[in-house]
Amino acid sequence: MLGIIKQKVGARGLTAPVFGDYMQKLSPVASAMRDFSSATKKMTVRDALNSALDEEMAADSNVFVMGEEVGEYQGAYKITKGLLDKYGPDRVVDTPITEAGFTGIGVGAAYHGLKPVIEFMTFNFSMQAIDHIINSAAKSNYMSGGKINVPIVFRGPNGAAAGVGAQHSQCYGAWYGAIPGLKVLVPYSSEDARGLLKAAIRDPDPVVFLENEILYGDSFPVSQEVLDPNFCLPIGKAKIERQGKDVTITAYSKMVGFALKAAEILEKDGINAEVINLRSIRPLDRDTINDSVRKTNRLVTVEEGFRQHGVGAEICASVVEDSFNYLDAPVERIAGADVPTPYTANLERLAFPQIEDIVRATKRACYRSG
Amino acid sequence: MALARRSSNLLKPLSTASSSSFLNRRPFSTDDSTTITIETSVPFTGHNCEPPSRSIDTTPKELMTFFTDMALMRRMEIAADSLYKSKLIRGFCHLYDGQEAVSIGMEAAITKKDCIITAYRDHCIFLGRGGTLLESFAELMGRQAGCSRGKGGSMHFYKKDACFFGGHGIVGAQVPLGCGLAFAQKYRKEDHVTFTMYGDGAANQGQLFEALNMAALWDLPAILVCENNHYGMGTAEWRAAKSPAYYKRGDYVPGLKVDGMDAFAVKQACKFAKEHALKNGPIILEMDTYRYHGHSMSDPGSTYRTRDEISGVRQERDPIERIRKLILAHDIATEKELKDIEKLARKEVDEAIAKAKESPMPDDSELFTNVYRKGYGVESFGADRKEVRATLP
Ligand SMILES: Cc1ncc(C[n+]2csc(CCOP(=O)(O)OP(=O)(O)O)c2C)c(N)n1
Ligand SMILES: [Mg+2]
Repeated sequence: MLGIIKQKVGARGLTAPVFGDYMQKLSPVASAMRDFSSATKKMTVRDALNSALDEEMAADSNVFVMGEEVGEYQGAYKITKGLLDKYGPDRVVDTPITEAGFTGIGVGAAYHGLKPVIEFMTFNFSMQAIDHIINSAAKSNYMSGGKINVPIVFRGPNGAAAGVGAQHSQCYGAWYGAIPGLKVLVPYSSEDARGLLKAAIRDPDPVVFLENEILYGDSFPVSQEVLDPNFCLPIGKAKIERQGKDVTITAYSKMVGFALKAAEILEKDGINAEVINLRSIRPLDRDTINDSVRKTNRLVTVEEGFRQHGVGAEICASVVEDSFNYLDAPVERIAGADVPTPYTANLERLAFPQIEDIVRATKRACYRSG
Repeated sequence: MALARRSSNLLKPLSTASSSSFLNRRPFSTDDSTTITIETSVPFTGHNCEPPSRSIDTTPKELMTFFTDMALMRRMEIAADSLYKSKLIRGFCHLYDGQEAVSIGMEAAITKKDCIITAYRDHCIFLGRGGTLLESFAELMGRQAGCSRGKGGSMHFYKKDACFFGGHGIVGAQVPLGCGLAFAQKYRKEDHVTFTMYGDGAANQGQLFEALNMAALWDLPAILVCENNHYGMGTAEWRAAKSPAYYKRGDYVPGLKVDGMDAFAVKQACKFAKEHALKNGPIILEMDTYRYHGHSMSDPGSTYRTRDEISGVRQERDPIERIRKLILAHDIATEKELKDIEKLARKEVDEAIAKAKESPMPDDSELFTNVYRKGYGVESFGADRKEVRATLP
């Protein structure tokens, strides 16, 4: 079962210090580098996140980091490495395993003008604290008539990890994406990670920042502009990661890499796919998506999360609502299977989108119109 | 600091009844009529309760069983470590070596109608409940013969027929669940109790206190077993808990501090707790124990504690060595016989692994089984709905 992915995907070890060893992951594909023709340097997503935190902490003394193992242990995934030494225990706060408590404390601190960056060891554990994220953080500005804004970031790895089973491996993009008052960001590359995390920390509203463990060790080229401490990406703007004319593929986080890889394969079959990296699930960049579909007339959505009430469902609805007359084929949705994540490797592989699923669905979208 | 060193006051046989006869009764392992009275390593410390006596009766048979079972558990975990390193086990794998006496002592005090629920460090708890090595290794390797048919993995072992309810990955979440098991036991007027196991890290989770309050209000037969191995991942207990005296953390709920490296102390405490819980409701048992391995496989376990600390515990408090010394002191078996038992454990483990490897991975069609008990024929989809779809059974 794993044969296909092994052929197409570079195998490389990831140094995830506490959470499992993940053997497979996607190398950044050639097309991802097009935008970085002037790039001189490569940077891992881990370093991109770490440097963004570091710079924002240096720039604003109200920014502090809080969570489990963020300080002395240097982060369960080493995202906060070095920060305790540099900023001390007042600003890099190790907590007990008490998500509801420290999330509430973070939100309270944000009410009073601090800018907490709350790390969930993984977003699975944010379920312990989801009440504070939604009821205490997302709604306060509205309930107070604009008097209490909540400048907080909730960040950590989200989505499918390798071999960790049902309770540790799922995507919460659609869950948080449903909530007005939250902003939900989903970085793919190192550029995304740096630009979006800095934007999230500077933003006056609560931001849910969904990282991906399997991407942490991946290196991407970064330009001088991206490395500049003032670099910041706009919240709510998607990025056309690859230009194309025949079909639009939307994806976020790790699935952007899969979509780019699929696009390379499709190119050989004469299909020129446009790949949109959503970067933000809420706000959703409906303009960029609809503009692209009006050009290509075909749409494939890709996500690791569940199909029912998923991100793809919302994108599909948006296109049907706004660009119905432009569609030349039924929209295709590639998504996580309707099952809790199984442990064993062959079933786990079937539970999440693979590159060949994207290729197959895209071909259908292209040939279906006749 | 985090860990008080014990003096090596390990073995203090108090008295040996009919000591002349049990030598004649070999083979030792079946002698359950000779009574040996031993003393627990340290006294129990009680909170809101009068602690049980330090002296406890045992038999040569029980001593041999403790030794054999713990040797098997230890061997299983060591083998899991190497299977992980050879990439036959994936994801997380939390090992129990060092903590075996907690499972062994607890099982010796209770029946399989008493319930147990625990967190992700569950392999040996499963074995203690009567699970097999084959089911364990097959699950770890994601095979069909696994106790969860390869779907659960290391963190999600279960054995419902022996009232073992998992195997939980969300720190602390198993504590209310355990109180729920106790609720059902009381509701149905059973004479059984539930042992809910959690770590020192989990001991700080809020939901534990919510559930404990209700358990106390309603006199549920719930025994909260805090396995204090002194670290939650890389965090020493005192960095996470204002009061690391976990047996006192129930306030109005009684508690007992127990040497969790001494299977007999654990047995005595669990017997005491079961009687208490059936009469009076919840009680907390804090088991002072230690994990030899890192938290999970990718944690070397040596950045936040010293190697001296680990080897010190191994030398002075190891649960298997304690029993070995007792057996030798009472001349129940020879060193060679005990070595042979360990060799046998190794052989059993190797055989189980070989067998587990013969078990196939689950068929692809298993992806959609077990989502519901009753699937109402609902259509379900794979990643590409036009490629993979199933009707739920
Ligand atoms: C709600 C939640 N938060 C965080 C984690 C990650 N995590 C898994 S185990 C663990 C440490 C738990 O320590 P402890 O309760 O002492 O148990 P031990 O591992 O020592 O047996 C942490 C933080 C989790 N699984 N669930
Ligand atoms: Mg612990």
